[in-house]
Amino acid sequence: MIVSSALMIWKGLMVVTGSESPIVVVLSGSMEPAFHRGDLLFLTNRIEDPIRVGEIVVFRIEGREIPIVHRVLKIHEKQNGDIKFLTKGDNNAVDDRGLYKRGQHWLEKKDVVGRARGFVPYIGIVTILMNDYPKFKYAVLFLLGLFVLVHRE
Amino acid sequence: MRYVVRITYVTHEREIMRKDNLVERSDLGFITFDITADILNGKNGFIFDWNVKQLFLYLSAEYSTKNNALNQVVLWDKIMLRGDNPRLFLKDMKSKYFFFDDGNGLKGNRNVTLTLSWNVVPNAGILPLVTGSGHVSVPFPDTYETTKSY
Repeated sequence: MIVSSALMIWKGLMVVTGSESPIVVVLSGSMEPAFHRGDLLFLTNRIEDPIRVGEIVVFRIEGREIPIVHRVLKIHEKQNGDIKFLTKGDNNAVDDRGLYKRGQHWLEKKDVVGRARGFVPYIGIVTILMNDYPKFKYAVLFLLGLFVLVHRE
Repeated sequence: MRYVVRITYVTHEREIMRKDNLVERSDLGFITFDITADILNGKNGFIFDWNVKQLFLYLSAEYSTKNNALNQVVLWDKIMLRGDNPRLFLKDMKSKYFFFDDGNGLKGNRNVTLTLSWNVVPNAGILPLVTGSGHVSVPFPDTYETTKSY
């Protein structure tokens, strides 16, 4: 009952926000002092929302799993809506070209996972701990399992 | 927020950008500017309220070219934390980031608009982007500068 409600809420969020990943955890310090490792970001990814400079986007580089949260520095958009843009972390001295794939100079709409619309500090640190310390993850899952079993009606 | 941007120097060159083995000539613009701004009060009252952790301020140039219907380039940015001096009084600032066009659309472009905007970062909650009222137009000259003047 708890699991299915949680799943429904998650899927519902995915539909409402248009993003496959409506909530992400900040993994690095490249956007400090705005965001720190462990902060939680709420994203939307509506296709109608145009990408403009100053916005904080979450994107994935082709072939890499880890999403990056940085700010849009430059955009060039054609009449038909095709857009190419450059990003940079607030706390980084240089733009992200060095992070992109070899030979890639710009990001495109397809690389975007979502736009950061809101955030809550600290809460995501739990997922980072679970990732870095597998024993901690098993302990959390075990406790969750216990909790569900004990409260079964 | 009231602010004033005054352009003091504009020129551009045709720069060679090497991408892989291709040589591309794109316009590179040079702008020197002054910014005077008082960040304390916005449309809705006191900007730095209890839930505002910082403002990410940025000056961006927006223009249209033959190649691209819309171009936006951030020229300068600054992080202003709650508690920092809210008054900006900057003179003879040079662009923090290279103002490269995607092509040669800066030459003779009379309609490059500079606007000051800011991203409000709360302690927790929504992340709004606000554009300041007012903007400045920058006309680029019709000819290239052959020597770098920085």
